[in-house]
Amino acid sequence: MKFVDEFREPELITKTAEEIRRLADPTRHYRFMEVCGGHTHAIYRFGLKDLLPENIELIHGPGCPVCVLPMGRIDDGLSLAMDPNVIFAAFGDMMRVPGANGSPLEYKARGMDVRIVYSPSDALKLARTNPDRHVMFFAIGFETTAPSTALTLMRARSEGIRNFSVFCNHVTIIPAIRAILDSPDMRLDAFIGPGHVSTVIGCRPYEWIVHDEHKPIVVSGFEPLDMLQSIVMLLRQLQSGEAKVENQYKRVVPWEGNRAALRAMAEVFQLRPYFEWRGLGFISQSALRIRDEYAEWDTERRFQVPGVRVTDPKAAQCGEVLKGVLKPHQCKLFGRECTPEHPIGALMVSSEGSCAAYYNYEHRKAATASVLSSTA
Amino acid sequence: MQTIVEESVPARIRFREPQIEMAHGAGGKASRRLVEGLFAPLLFGASSEPLADASFVSIDGTRIAITTDSFVVKPLRFPGGSIGELAINGTVNDLAVSGARAEALVCTFVLEAGLPTEILEAEVRAMANAARKAGVKITGGDTKVVEHGKADHMYISTTGIGRPLHGVRIDPQSVRPGDKVLLSGPIGDHGITILLARRELDIEADLSSDTRSVLPLVEAMTIAAGPGIRWMRDPTRGGAATSLNELARDCGLGIALHEDQVPIHDAVRGACELLGLDPLHIANEGQFLAVVAPAYADAALNALNLTPGGEEACIIGEVADQPAGSVLGITSYGGTRIVDMLVGDPLPRIC
Repeated sequence: MKFVDEFREPELITKTAEEIRRLADPTRHYRFMEVCGGHTHAIYRFGLKDLLPENIELIHGPGCPVCVLPMGRIDDGLSLAMDPNVIFAAFGDMMRVPGANGSPLEYKARGMDVRIVYSPSDALKLARTNPDRHVMFFAIGFETTAPSTALTLMRARSEGIRNFSVFCNHVTIIPAIRAILDSPDMRLDAFIGPGHVSTVIGCRPYEWIVHDEHKPIVVSGFEPLDMLQSIVMLLRQLQSGEAKVENQYKRVVPWEGNRAALRAMAEVFQLRPYFEWRGLGFISQSALRIRDEYAEWDTERRFQVPGVRVTDPKAAQCGEVLKGVLKPHQCKLFGRECTPEHPIGALMVSSEGSCAAYYNYEHRKAATASVLSSTA
Repeated sequence: MQTIVEESVPARIRFREPQIEMAHGAGGKASRRLVEGLFAPLLFGASSEPLADASFVSIDGTRIAITTDSFVVKPLRFPGGSIGELAINGTVNDLAVSGARAEALVCTFVLEAGLPTEILEAEVRAMANAARKAGVKITGGDTKVVEHGKADHMYISTTGIGRPLHGVRIDPQSVRPGDKVLLSGPIGDHGITILLARRELDIEADLSSDTRSVLPLVEAMTIAAGPGIRWMRDPTRGGAATSLNELARDCGLGIALHEDQVPIHDAVRGACELLGLDPLHIANEGQFLAVVAPAYADAALNALNLTPGGEEACIIGEVADQPAGSVLGITSYGGTRIVDMLVGDPLPRIC
């Protein structure tokens, strides 16, 4: 299959893995953070850790939109779904994320009208076909998904569709990276930069990481070869004592970003003064709200949203895992009380959450060496 | 005088979930919890047999296979098939992979008031055709009609009995390290076809359901390698990953799966890449997995490849000691991952 097979080519992958071994200084321990949840998923999905030397440690970052959403926001959104006149629409990732009184899927099983949509424009379509009901789209995501929400709101306004609103939970990636770097218990050598987010924001917004923190960052694609090549690029920078922003994902990411997408976001959204992130707490100017011109389509202004604040279950250590301080399996609940089927924290729900990825692909893998030798 | 009242052993009900969710019907972990935790202890008694696609009963010394299946697919018709064909092939296949040839089927229709006769007739014709193709008689049935709005057009349930195929004994306990895992053809066609046929996604692909009777393939393999066949299953809901995990659990061994050897059509791979789904979790309606002793593996594969519809059959993995009870995916470049059962319904990721 084009654009996939080329980046999973065994011979190239083996060669690149060998180059990583050659470049990595055996006397050194490397800590690289992959910011994006898509990368976390790919690392486990393709078994990339098996290809890396032991002194390269990959730390999972905060780039999983479902994971960083505090529980209270889910409860706020679902409180409106209790109204029989409301259709609650959200991406599939959200469906099993637990709120204090259950996940959207559990609400659906209890009879609330909860729908999975694949894009915000599908939610708008629901509003068109259900003119006598109100469709609320529970919007989540970084800059990757925010432009499509923005365009949908622009369309709703231009078409005058009034039975539609967006419960906006869009967040921005840069403040989260800053928060991670400010965290005293975090020692990182370099970043594998988010690929999809960068298709929108480009590579410039990362330049401060290089200037202020002197840490290399390579914006990376999601195929095995992409990620290994990005690690090679990081090692080369570290070897030469450099720190710069590099773009490995040139086939998709323009250096300046996607201007049309950025324009749409600027038209519809403005920064919130602050927003709560699970695990990271309140971060200033880290999320988007809907501008006054679109207030009519803003769920939070159109309806009474309770503004619930729920603390995470005490024993769960989602925050530490999100910041990369703990590995998923080091959380007290991992694999016991908290599993993909009965998730306590969101990191166990989304395919991009590090706990779910670790549980699905890595957990129980201890005995692989014997299998590999017996099937070689 | 003291009377001793013999009490039956109280059934151990482990299913404690407060309500039924869609996931309980998706064929993955939740389905298994429901069946093993509620149905099995109350209905199947103390039998500790691993759950299989069909069960065997002896009547006056004659072994008969029996199975049942119900069909609630939406939409009713999709490229490559319809609910009527599924209803026949599904039950024929459950018997086939249990090592039995379907002899007779009975069917139940649950119809929604207001269903156009034209639609019903088309499905009944589809059933008749599929039954003729599969060589099975339909000997009876039952019809219920529910109020409009209380069912999605129509549901069909079929129950079949089958005659054991000579010389095959399916038993996960007989699986040994070194055994080969065979797959009859490309996976994921059915599930992705249905997903696209719902028209909720703006994706179009030249793809059709793989629904068919797998009996000719199973029979060909049985003739060539009967004594070497240890286990078979048709990977329907939950996909190949779920079937292989069930096998790993039932035999207490590990399965090493060579991911690049699993045949998958490009359209299925493409849709899965886009939606963030794993083709190993996608449902099939015309494929089966088999575990065959190494000495018989080539003969079994040959027989499949020479039978019409089995040209793409291949060996996709081996049974190993470790990781016990799990399936390990191995990539062509040496990466490994655990391939787990499906959790819930397959949901697409967003970015």
